[in-house]
Amino acid sequence: MLVADPQQGLRRVPATSEAMMTVRIERPLSPHLQIYRWTLTMTLSIVHRATGVALYFGTLLLVWWLMAVSSGPGAYAAVQSFTSSWAGRLIAFGYTWALMHHMLGGVRHLVWDLGYGFQPTEREWLTRATLIGGILLTVLLWIAAYAIGGGGR
Amino acid sequence: MTATPPSGAKSMRTPLGRVRNHGSAHSGTTDFWRQRLTSVAMILLIVPMVVVMMILLGRNQAGAAQILGSPPIAIIMLLFVVASIWHMKIGMQVIIEDYVHDGKLKLASIMANNFFSVTLALTAAYAIFKLSSGV
Repeated sequence: MLVADPQQGLRRVPATSEAMMTVRIERPLSPHLQIYRWTLTMTLSIVHRATGVALYFGTLLLVWWLMAVSSGPGAYAAVQSFTSSWAGRLIAFGYTWALMHHMLGGVRHLVWDLGYGFQPTEREWLTRATLIGGILLTVLLWIAAYAIGGGGR
Repeated sequence: MTATPPSGAKSMRTPLGRVRNHGSAHSGTTDFWRQRLTSVAMILLIVPMVVVMMILLGRNQAGAAQILGSPPIAIIMLLFVVASIWHMKIGMQVIIEDYVHDGKLKLASIMANNFFSVTLALTAAYAIFKLSSGV
């Protein structure tokens, strides 16, 4: 078998040789991530995880809101002043997108779990659908929210 | 591929026997299954959740409290809170296991993740029960 020797480079030693016990065995390494062409599926894999983390902390807002409703008008007013502020609205919009994107990304993963959609064209289509669908659903929800709540006072 | 015996050169245990019901976390595929179970639950719950949110838009505290305290809506909220917090707890644990390599820091992070998730879940449940009992 082949062993790596710092002085002599690769050299062949018998598989039963004592050299095997002392010399580090050089095994083939798989190329590192940056060697591959960057793809949309790779981006969305990271975005799925990132939106998951965002939603993890965003759940604090949901629980804060539930506690405020159950506590009384004062606590509820505090939440409303936050959600009607510029920053609060941006966070709520971001939360909506993260939720929609992560949900569609999850559906994509469930499709893959069932063994479908692994062809290059299929997985590319699924990935694009997740990206576009997430944005589309978010915009639709916010249009509906503004139409119903008049800006959600 | 040959499996390495857990101890000694020879073992009576078969590779299947060693992996059955265990794995490194000693819980097999439980988290994998629950992650998918809760994801499907949330897909089913997202439409009612969106409807509830739309109904609540622009209401004052008394109005929102009355709607959230009604049985079907309280149950929808409770189901969504349980499914989502369970889901996010497992998800964060996977991230911790992926990126935190120091053993003790990993242990502390996983514990903190559990504390955070359980606290959020019980706080939300407390609020929902309180709204439903009209206190």
